[in-house]
Amino acid sequence: MILEAQDLGWSVSGADIVDGVCLSVREGETLGLIGPNGSGKSSLLKMLAGIRRPGRGQVRLDGRPMADMGQRAIAQNIALVEQQADTGNRITVRDAVELGRTPWLSALQPWSSQDDAIVGRALDDVGMGHMAGRYWHTLSGGERQRVHIARALAQEPRILMLDEPTNHLDIHHQLSILHLVRALPVTVVVALHDLNQAMDCDRIAVMSGGRLMDQGAPDAVLTETILSEIFDVRARFLTDPVDGARIMRFQSGDRATPGIAAGRATTPDFPYLAKTKVAT
Amino acid sequence: MSDAALVRARRPHWHWGWIAPPVLAAALLAGICIGETRIPLETVIKVLGARIFGMDLGVDRIDAGIIWSYRASRAVVAACCGTGLALSGVVLQALLRNALADPYLLGISAGASTGAVAVTVAGLGAGAISLSAGAFAGAVLAFALVAILARAAGGGPGMQAAGVIVLAGIAGSQLFNALTAFIIAKSANAEQARGIMFWLLGNLSGVRWDDALVAVPAAFGGLGICLWFIRALDAFTFGADSAAALGVPVRQVQVILIAATALVTACMVSMVGSIGFVGLVIPHAMRFVVGVRHGRLVPASALAGAVFLIASDIISRVLIPGQVLPIGVITALVGAPAFALILIRGGRGT
Ligand SMILES: Nc1ncnc2c1ncn2[C@@H]1O[C@H](COP(=O)(O)OP(=O)(O)OP(=O)(O)O)[C@@H](O)[C@H]1O
Ligand SMILES: [Mg+2]
Repeated sequence: MILEAQDLGWSVSGADIVDGVCLSVREGETLGLIGPNGSGKSSLLKMLAGIRRPGRGQVRLDGRPMADMGQRAIAQNIALVEQQADTGNRITVRDAVELGRTPWLSALQPWSSQDDAIVGRALDDVGMGHMAGRYWHTLSGGERQRVHIARALAQEPRILMLDEPTNHLDIHHQLSILHLVRALPVTVVVALHDLNQAMDCDRIAVMSGGRLMDQGAPDAVLTETILSEIFDVRARFLTDPVDGARIMRFQSGDRATPGIAAGRATTPDFPYLAKTKVAT
Repeated sequence: MSDAALVRARRPHWHWGWIAPPVLAAALLAGICIGETRIPLETVIKVLGARIFGMDLGVDRIDAGIIWSYRASRAVVAACCGTGLALSGVVLQALLRNALADPYLLGISAGASTGAVAVTVAGLGAGAISLSAGAFAGAVLAFALVAILARAAGGGPGMQAAGVIVLAGIAGSQLFNALTAFIIAKSANAEQARGIMFWLLGNLSGVRWDDALVAVPAAFGGLGICLWFIRALDAFTFGADSAAALGVPVRQVQVILIAATALVTACMVSMVGSIGFVGLVIPHAMRFVVGVRHGRLVPASALAGAVFLIASDIISRVLIPGQVLPIGVITALVGAPAFALILIRGGRGT
């Protein structure tokens, strides 16, 4: 196990945001993290990446408790692409990607031509090489996302964590980023909203209401029952006639979104958790 | 660009090692020569040669006294204050990710003034606490108060948070200025009060070599710390979480750098009073010249701050013949329009 979460929990003023998550990430695999909005995916990723201290439990990297490791040592192993990270500074694309070299440099270990090569390669990998001189504030949302990913690549991590990396990306770049990420010889933990994209992961973990509901192979986890209970959608599985891949098609579920349907009784906290289906 | 050229472009801050000494020397010489009475450069160089290298060049004793004891020490302290305040601005702007962060606007200078006045006038600590220690305590207290207030008012990134923290800074400044006024009214006699009010606006006339013994280490110490943390400062570009993900021990770096900022500001305030806007104007001007990366911004701001404050000091001495203006008036005359400019540009999201 390259990364292990043991009974991980985090709460804000009494409310559990992440609760009792036990999760193992195997070396080299791509683990997809799915779950509805607010289910705690980003919070869990931050704890796994060592940038948020868990309230309960611990994370182990290569068997070592992360709490005993320095921030720099963690960053030499793990890179995180946040869901939202922006800046008002007038930096160029290249500047932004160069930040990825931070954990490998120090006041006594200056920038080298090797660092330049790594940054250049990362930029090319996400198809932003030709925009290296552009200013950040002139970039489109998708271009910014690709620069963030390039920065994480420049960090040369063993574990790459991505929080909804395909947000903002057009379909071509969605596929090329996912392809790139899977082709990298690194362990990947990726939060995704597109469940069809999640199908391509080696394993999937499902979050709901801060808890880890299920984990396993995509086919085993992404079942009609789970999709209906957790995401409140009805799913039908189609088969691509060309390569036989399973594809999901969704229809909105029967339960109303809490707060939208006035006067409808909903379970207070997390209606998704209701063990019995409300209606079928 | 070839790879080698790229590498060279990546490390431009080494150039500053060559530019800084002559520019700084020229500024210091100008600061010594120009004043109510203009002293010829030749005389100045002779006196400096005599004092620093022990050469006997046959200079007038009175000239020598003015040049060495008054003008030279004053120019050196002005340079150090400029450097310290400009670097404080750089650090605060990076850590708070806020274009308007500056020791003066955030009330740190006001807190330092209160601390200094409490020690000198009210006799707080009964002589056991030095002026600088009192100023430091005041500076830290003010920053903590402003930070708590800003957080309670709801921060977050962007210009709105910039507004919140500046409002908190104004509240803090007002509070500490009121405390200072209260202490003065309660404990100082009329003579003292006049002197203190003049000092509070920023005044270098009382400065001697003793002060330089504090100012020089404070300025170089501040510069050294900033240079040590240039990569960490860069890493805050996308926020504290992003800095942590890049391997920066965020809490530790924040504590060290903010304490250093408070300490440097407190040292400077305890010598020359609170001089405003240096920490705001210089870093922004330098961002236009050398860009936002701290590898260049830190040395450039250190140098420009020194030159700016020496120039302001010269202007304060010659603007009205026969009268010395508080230097804070000059820096504010430059700084307030610059502040407005930053506000306008910031509104457009750059
Ligand atoms: N610092 C915080 N303070 C208070 N509540 C928080 C904080 N961070 C997260 N939360 C809450 O915790 C819950 C989980 O947040 P999180 O960002 O982890 O969800 P997510 O699964 O990533 O959602 P999304 O799919 O929308 O990105 C949300 O309800 C959010 O409002
Ligand atoms: Mg999220």
